[in-house]
Amino acid sequence: MPKIIKLVFLLYFCFNFSYANEINTKVDQITKNLRCLICQGQSVYDSQSDFALSMKLVVKNKIDEGKEEEEIYDYLKNKYGEWIVYEPDLNQNTFLLWLIPLILFVFGGLLIIRKLSIK
Amino acid sequence: MSKNIKFLGLLLTLIIIFIILLKGLNVSKDYSNEKLKSKIDFSLNAKKLFSDEIINISDLFDKNSPSVVNIWASWCAPCREEHQFLMKLKDMNINIIGINYKDSPKNAKNFLSLLGNPYSEVITDNDGTKSIEFGAIGVPETFIISGKTNEIIKKYIGPLTSENLIEIKNLLKKNA
Repeated sequence: MPKIIKLVFLLYFCFNFSYANEINTKVDQITKNLRCLICQGQSVYDSQSDFALSMKLVVKNKIDEGKEEEEIYDYLKNKYGEWIVYEPDLNQNTFLLWLIPLILFVFGGLLIIRKLSIK
Repeated sequence: MSKNIKFLGLLLTLIIIFIILLKGLNVSKDYSNEKLKSKIDFSLNAKKLFSDEIINISDLFDKNSPSVVNIWASWCAPCREEHQFLMKLKDMNINIIGINYKDSPKNAKNFLSLLGNPYSEVITDNDGTKSIEFGAIGVPETFIISGKTNEIIKKYIGPLTSENLIEIKNLLKKNA
């Protein structure tokens, strides 16, 4: 009988531990894409400033509440502006930023194909 | 001849890129969220500094007129500087709500008994998460918030000045 109890406890702790881990990796993943606004050049994940520590807590609380990654980004963009996320949205101001690499890729590909077919 | 054209073309492109980048150096972008008019979630709960009672922050706001929210801490030197202006706002019968940011209750109470208490109510923010709800990045920060729409009408990052005082007075009158 004690063996079964031990097993149940062990399983319980294992499960608990992996759940906590899962949340932490999700917090890390989100905070890596957040700019620390008072220590620019660092992400919230990297920073130990008061602001960043609170931000990590807010992200964790939002995940505990069952919020999705996108919802958390939207929430913070609403509070701090789009500047808070490292990955900008595709819009009027940023379409060149997103499209230029694509154009260069296609252009380069065409150049290579032309070179090869000439030979 | 075609070599020359290629060279000129290359040179021209480089010059154009150079000019664009040079111009870009002078473009100053304002990334501060000072002008952002976000809404505050009034369903937030917080603990009062003086009574340890947990309340809903919507109870602190006047539904018909705007309120001032000030984030402060006893350890923050600029907060000490701006305190006289908050006292002046209090004398004008303005509802000021204090958010005590990452502070010890003892120090916070000492600070207020020493310099005066301009706040109608002070709530504590031990972990800084409530300040995030207000879009704050540090202390001190001051907000004018509409009780009707929950929206931030105006935000001051850093200590208040005597010029801000006049502006706040006018904004409150305009939005009353």
